Amino acid sequence: MRTAVVLVLVAVAIVALPLVAPAYYVTLMLPFMAYGVVLLGLNLLFGYTGLVSFGHALFIGIGAYTGAVLTTRFGMRQMELILLAAALAAAAVAAPVGALCVRYVKIYFGMLTLAFGMVFYTFLLKFYRLTGGDEGMRLLRPYLLGQSWEGFSKTAYLIGPYYYFSVVILALATLLMWRVVRSPFGLCLRTIRDNPLKAESLGVSVPRFRWYAFMISAVYAAVGGALLATPTGNVDPTLAYWTHSGNIVFMVLLGGFASFFGPLLGAFVFIFLQDTVMSVFPYWRLVFGAMLAALVIFAPGGLMGLFARRLPVEVSRG
Amino acid sequence: MTANLVSILMGGVFHAAVLFLVAAGLQVVFGVQKIFNLACGSFYALGAYAGVSAVGYFTGHGGSPALFIVPLALGGLAVGLVGVVVERGLLRFVYDRDETFQLLLTFALVLMLEDLIRMTWGTAPVSTGGLYLTYGQAHLLGATVPVYNLIVIAASLAIALAIGWLLTRTAFGRIIRASADNREMAEALGVDMRWVYVRVFTLGTMLGTLGGALVIPATAAMSEMGIELIVEAFAVVVIGGLGSMRGAFVGALVVGILRSVAISVYPELEMLLIYLIVIAVLLWRPRGLFGAVAA
Repeated sequence: MRTAVVLVLVAVAIVALPLVAPAYYVTLMLPFMAYGVVLLGLNLLFGYTGLVSFGHALFIGIGAYTGAVLTTRFGMRQMELILLAAALAAAAVAAPVGALCVRYVKIYFGMLTLAFGMVFYTFLLKFYRLTGGDEGMRLLRPYLLGQSWEGFSKTAYLIGPYYYFSVVILALATLLMWRVVRSPFGLCLRTIRDNPLKAESLGVSVPRFRWYAFMISAVYAAVGGALLATPTGNVDPTLAYWTHSGNIVFMVLLGGFASFFGPLLGAFVFIFLQDTVMSVFPYWRLVFGAMLAALVIFAPGGLMGLFARRLPVEVSRG
Repeated sequence: MTANLVSILMGGVFHAAVLFLVAAGLQVVFGVQKIFNLACGSFYALGAYAGVSAVGYFTGHGGSPALFIVPLALGGLAVGLVGVVVERGLLRFVYDRDETFQLLLTFALVLMLEDLIRMTWGTAPVSTGGLYLTYGQAHLLGATVPVYNLIVIAASLAIALAIGWLLTRTAFGRIIRASADNREMAEALGVDMRWVYVRVFTLGTMLGTLGGALVIPATAAMSEMGIELIVEAFAVVVIGGLGSMRGAFVGALVVGILRSVAISVYPELEMLLIYLIVIAVLLWRPRGLFGAVAA
């Protein structure tokens, strides 16, 4: 009940924000919503299935580059189609990559995903005739709902139609993920996380379910990646770099991986805190590194864990 | 043709010599503490900057340029003592946690060290100036190789032998190997793990910082050099096998030479080739060439 009240208040605040807040803060909400989609997917893998990917930026990169290639090379500007194409491209890559990765768990899973991420990063960096190399590519302003919004200035476009478009996508992604984790499928994933042997003996095909979770999280990351790249209007290989993968895992941990809404809170706090810190002190990595170290040592349950006052079970080595 | 081949090969071996040091640091820490230290690349960067500063101080105070390698190595080793602080201040709290959290803690170190380096030395690349060719060039089968490279290769080989000696012939080495094999048993036999961990981690850190210091006369120190090197060191230990010193040695040679060959034959392939090999190794033989058991 309390959760429902909080959710309604948050939803109202998000919808009303462009009417009351300065444009600058409204534009900061855009990366929050994009990362929100990415992290919902990442946490299906991390929090619900117990697999930590250190190469998930690969799929953010796929989503972002799909948008760039479609708008600049093929003149396809419909955002709805771009998101669809990003999701399909991610699924096509995640199917073989995931099938190979889910054969391992723990550190080996992390290393394998990191290696795949770096393969894609190197590809983006070195094959510059296709990808623009380290300068990347432009991503032209996409049409929303079939309209080009030509009359809008860049800011007006971002804080108006694009903002509400992102809200809708995030809301749909959240609803869908809520259904996924509440389904028997979600229950199977949690069983796999807590006790893979037991899951196997109950007839759950562990690798197959891990593979499904990997695919879903890759699709989420690509959709989020396409959303993320549009406001900047430019994509470059650092989107797929391994430190970016580390940062999104950081965001999940910051919010709390044991909670459904934890990753969304993590993305929000990360984006706004990073902006605040950078405005007073240029070395945000130092501050955030110290914060991450403190989180890992003192509050592995993240911000949601602090609210809940209850350490998640999977923190200590079983 | 031979000249070309020799210079490609020697370039690869020089890179391998430095990579080996960093990877050896990664291996000894993983072997004993079971922590995959993402920050080993950051220690390498830290060593590089400390080396530049030490050499600058030395030549600025009338030191002979011919002796620059002494302050370089000492500077690199000295800054490695930061390992004591990191182990006592951070890592010791997470030994009984899930490895995800250990990995994230070392990622926190990566973030902090990158900015600490920027704060201390600025964002512009720094270098030791023209000291690289102080020792002249050697001629090998028609190719010219800087003598400095040969010194680094020899030093790295000597360190590899010293590590082998330390691990197999000394009491401390036996304790390290015992702790790596069976921590509980070693503790039951009276080994103080706190003491082992702080030494092992500092040893690992110093190998990384020394590697960074030694590479720097040949290039320039940049704040991103650490996060770039870690993925190469990662490739080395995966190919060689996690936790194995012999693996680090062979893996470093494979990565160093392949990279050097790829750059001269087909530059686009450079690191792509290395990562594809890493993936192949992880899939077909996850314990690597010399690793003990797969997890």
